[in-house]
Amino acid sequence: MSFSPNSPILFILAGAVILFVIAQSVFFMVRSWRRGREIGMDMAVLRRTVVSTAVFTIAPAVSILLGVITLSKFLGLPLPWLRLSVIGAITYELPAATSTASALGVSIAETVTDPKVYTAIAWVMTLGIFPGMLWVALFGRKIQGGIAKIKNRDAKWGDILMTALFLGMISAFLGMVFADIREGLAGWIPIFVLLFSAVLMCICGLLSKKFHMKWIENYALPISMLGGMAFAVVITPMIGG
Amino acid sequence: MNNKTYEEKTHLYGRIWILSALVMIFLYPILTCIIFGAWPDWQSVVKGLLGVAPIFWTVGLIEVFTYVPMLDSGSSYLAFVTGNLTNLKVPAALSAMENANVKPGSEEGEVISTIAVATSSIVTTIIIALGVALLVPLTPILNSELLAPAFDNILPALFGGLAVVYISKNWKVAMAPLIFMVILFLAVPSLSGSVSVLVPVGALIAIGAARILYKKGLL
Repeated sequence: MSFSPNSPILFILAGAVILFVIAQSVFFMVRSWRRGREIGMDMAVLRRTVVSTAVFTIAPAVSILLGVITLSKFLGLPLPWLRLSVIGAITYELPAATSTASALGVSIAETVTDPKVYTAIAWVMTLGIFPGMLWVALFGRKIQGGIAKIKNRDAKWGDILMTALFLGMISAFLGMVFADIREGLAGWIPIFVLLFSAVLMCICGLLSKKFHMKWIENYALPISMLGGMAFAVVITPMIGG
Repeated sequence: MNNKTYEEKTHLYGRIWILSALVMIFLYPILTCIIFGAWPDWQSVVKGLLGVAPIFWTVGLIEVFTYVPMLDSGSSYLAFVTGNLTNLKVPAALSAMENANVKPGSEEGEVISTIAVATSSIVTTIIIALGVALLVPLTPILNSELLAPAFDNILPALFGGLAVVYISKNWKVAMAPLIFMVILFLAVPSLSGSVSVLVPVGALIAIGAARILYKKGLL
């Protein structure tokens, strides 16, 4: 068969893998839903979780789509579509493609036409990222068991430990925002965006508590995130980023 | 089989799904090679792999130890297959548990975080599929200069809001890792490429600080 990175058969292959992963999502969704009913959770809370998570997901999903577009110039659509719908992230796939392309001496500015280059890149992407899944299968249960043990011994410390984990992650990302401030005012843009998003979150909290707009809590994160992104669109041309 | 607890079954099903997904993911390069009769030059695969694998494999291991405790069982098996953990799945699960007022690690927390990760995975897949189908009309809009700053700043926009929720409730624990990270990134800006390695560093500092405060009865 003659090769093209946009060959219909590649779309079918990628689509099949993606369908499989959707099936996995549906399986766990249905199972948790039933479990929630079994242990007597409020079904309205579960429904709200679905709706608010779906709303929150839209903007990050569109940014992932941008990654697909970036990679598709070089690799055609099916491979980036597969890699970014399942398992990967642009932060992995772009370096993997670049590293292989430079090993083979090809440019990533043009679409791949040599099937051997294409399969080499597909292999590097796959081999580069698969251990993460293997580790979860191997260690997932042990890690959960360890956490459960800590909680049984001292429930309060267990909760504090979880919170500390989250705060560690959040701190790393907040710190990263400060990385560019030596570049002058344009380097401050991420900080302004961060602060604006934080202010919006505070306003949502106030509205919810003082004015009893309980519903807003579920949309506070997408509101502050989209607000922050919109703010970036307004201030970047003013600052000249 | 029937005597297994819900938790045990979650691990069993989770492992079956994640290992099958692994096979599916390998099928793409294997079938592509067979269909087009084009096996790659393995030397260049190794060379390409050498450029990324040492970092990816380490980060992969670190991510497992960092995110599995945050995500609970069912959602871990799902999130590690569907990817995009830090920018999407983990914040989605955290914010869902916060809104539903359930604790991570509890039975209710497990239900909520799994539903959140599953919803997020399904919605992401649908949006990307729609985007791929409508690529030609969408590309100029999504790649427009006007919108570029919005997507460049998606992480600060996301973590700004998330930080308020968590730091306001636990500011004593947050101070140490936060100050450390801000100083670190001010001193070594080039580290922003390896933020995933710094997440467990921040977590260890936060846990250390929390332990001291807890022992002193300040929490």
